Amino acid sequence: MIDAPARISVAPAATTDARPQAQRPKMAARGLDFHYDGFRALKDVSLDVAEKRVTALIGPSGCGKSTLLRVFNRIYSIYPGQHASGAVLLDGENILDPKYPLNRLRSKVGMVFQKPVPFPMSIYDNIAYGIRHHEKLSKAEMDVRVELALVQGALWGEVKDKLRQSALGLSGGQQQRLCIARAIALRPEVILLDEPTSALDPIATGKIEQLISELKAHFTIAIVTHNMQQAARCSDFTAFMYLGELVEFGETERLFTKPEKKQTEDYITGRFG
Amino acid sequence: MSRASERLYRRRSLVNGFNMVASGLCAAFGLFWLVWILWTTLRTGLSAISLDLFTKMTPPPGSEGGLANALFGSLLMSTAAILIGTPIGVAAGTWLAEYARKRPLGEAVRFVNDILLSAPSIVLGLFVYTLVVAQVGHFSGWAGALALALIVLPVVVRTTDEMLQLVPGTMREAALSLGIPQWKVTLQVLYRSALPGIVTGILLALARISGETAPLLFTALNNQYWTHDMNAPMASVPVVIFQYAMSPYESWHALAWAGAFVVTIFVLLLSLLSRAILLRNKVTHD
Repeated sequence: MIDAPARISVAPAATTDARPQAQRPKMAARGLDFHYDGFRALKDVSLDVAEKRVTALIGPSGCGKSTLLRVFNRIYSIYPGQHASGAVLLDGENILDPKYPLNRLRSKVGMVFQKPVPFPMSIYDNIAYGIRHHEKLSKAEMDVRVELALVQGALWGEVKDKLRQSALGLSGGQQQRLCIARAIALRPEVILLDEPTSALDPIATGKIEQLISELKAHFTIAIVTHNMQQAARCSDFTAFMYLGELVEFGETERLFTKPEKKQTEDYITGRFG
Repeated sequence: MSRASERLYRRRSLVNGFNMVASGLCAAFGLFWLVWILWTTLRTGLSAISLDLFTKMTPPPGSEGGLANALFGSLLMSTAAILIGTPIGVAAGTWLAEYARKRPLGEAVRFVNDILLSAPSIVLGLFVYTLVVAQVGHFSGWAGALALALIVLPVVVRTTDEMLQLVPGTMREAALSLGIPQWKVTLQVLYRSALPGIVTGILLALARISGETAPLLFTALNNQYWTHDMNAPMASVPVVIFQYAMSPYESWHALAWAGAFVVTIFVLLLSLLSRAILLRNKVTHD
């Protein structure tokens, strides 16, 4: 499944913009191919995800942006018939290498999904559940960690008096912030957001976007979105994908104001997609 | 509105009305027999209910008695059957839903399980007879429990499988994304989500075996006396009902009705309980 290491290069990907290469990428795809039961969903994608920045992946449905995100924590691998080849580097190590410990990868690279999925347990336990698996903490230490995660997830004020209640009773927007808090509670290095606001109303969406801009001080973020205004508002870098290929990648402002490729321009001006 | 579409709407409302009435009649037809059976059981059974039923042994013809030994035997064998069938069934259902999804072996096992699910219970009784009773040389409560467990097993496998499959895939992905291994995710997250459904399946399996007669005839047989020795033949309510209802004695008939009444009420309560659990699906926190 993994190509010969000779093909893997740590050198920056060839982008259409020089500036993303200015710093060492936190995560990087190199010559990444992805297959769903024979269908090639990603074609030789190379992309850098800059550290402590927000990288947005945009493109029409089926372009492979979610697929790309799902390779970054290897969540695709729970489904037989899906496999990736090429390389995805996290701090220079290839995570697609079968020897790379999967659960350590996922504790470093957290993920939040399109639909909020609180676990059927209390708000407190939703946050504590992941921490308990990775660390042995005393009750007092755990309380602090849970509070911190909920504060970072911008949810603490709304739930501090009902931590023992079921998380299923929260509103959709609150559930999604709970899921973000649950992911950051593990102190990951990278957070993957797969259309995190597409099931939410505008007010809840605004809160999540605000949260994303606060979180990038501590975490590297990659976000898939259908909403181009959202990409323009919250990201530093944007990658436009089409039919499994990375068409254009660069600084968000530049990509949205002076796209270099015709396809990018057509998409961001709403002429197709 | 144009004339044509008005006609179309009128026709649709006629067809709708006809179908509503027809399906209502079908429901009434089905319910009629059910209500009749329940009514007869309640009317005849209730009059035979007394404290003796729960304290006295099954009597010889002509004398007074109760069903204490049969009720106790049913309780023992059903409990043992649930205790044998549930862990295996839950484990197998979990394997089907979580580890063998879309794999040929999983599909094959699911298919075989469906066959077992619809296998006539008398066949299961004969199977255990050949396997256990004929080998050991005598009927026993354990053999009865085993035959009942074979009825419990496919029900629990099926419900566990289905209930786990109903858990949204995103919940699995979210939990696995926290770097938690699959077995732990299954035990701590997915089971929590599927628990009401799995418990309902177990209760329905219990309801089903509490009325089974055929598998017990070949395995536990019957016993006129009180016994808690699972190695000995053991009385059960359905077998006693079967035996007494076929007899020419009035007092035995009354006991058979009383037994039928008790079993019916028990099954009814179990069904209500399982519905209540499913409706109260809102998961409580700990």
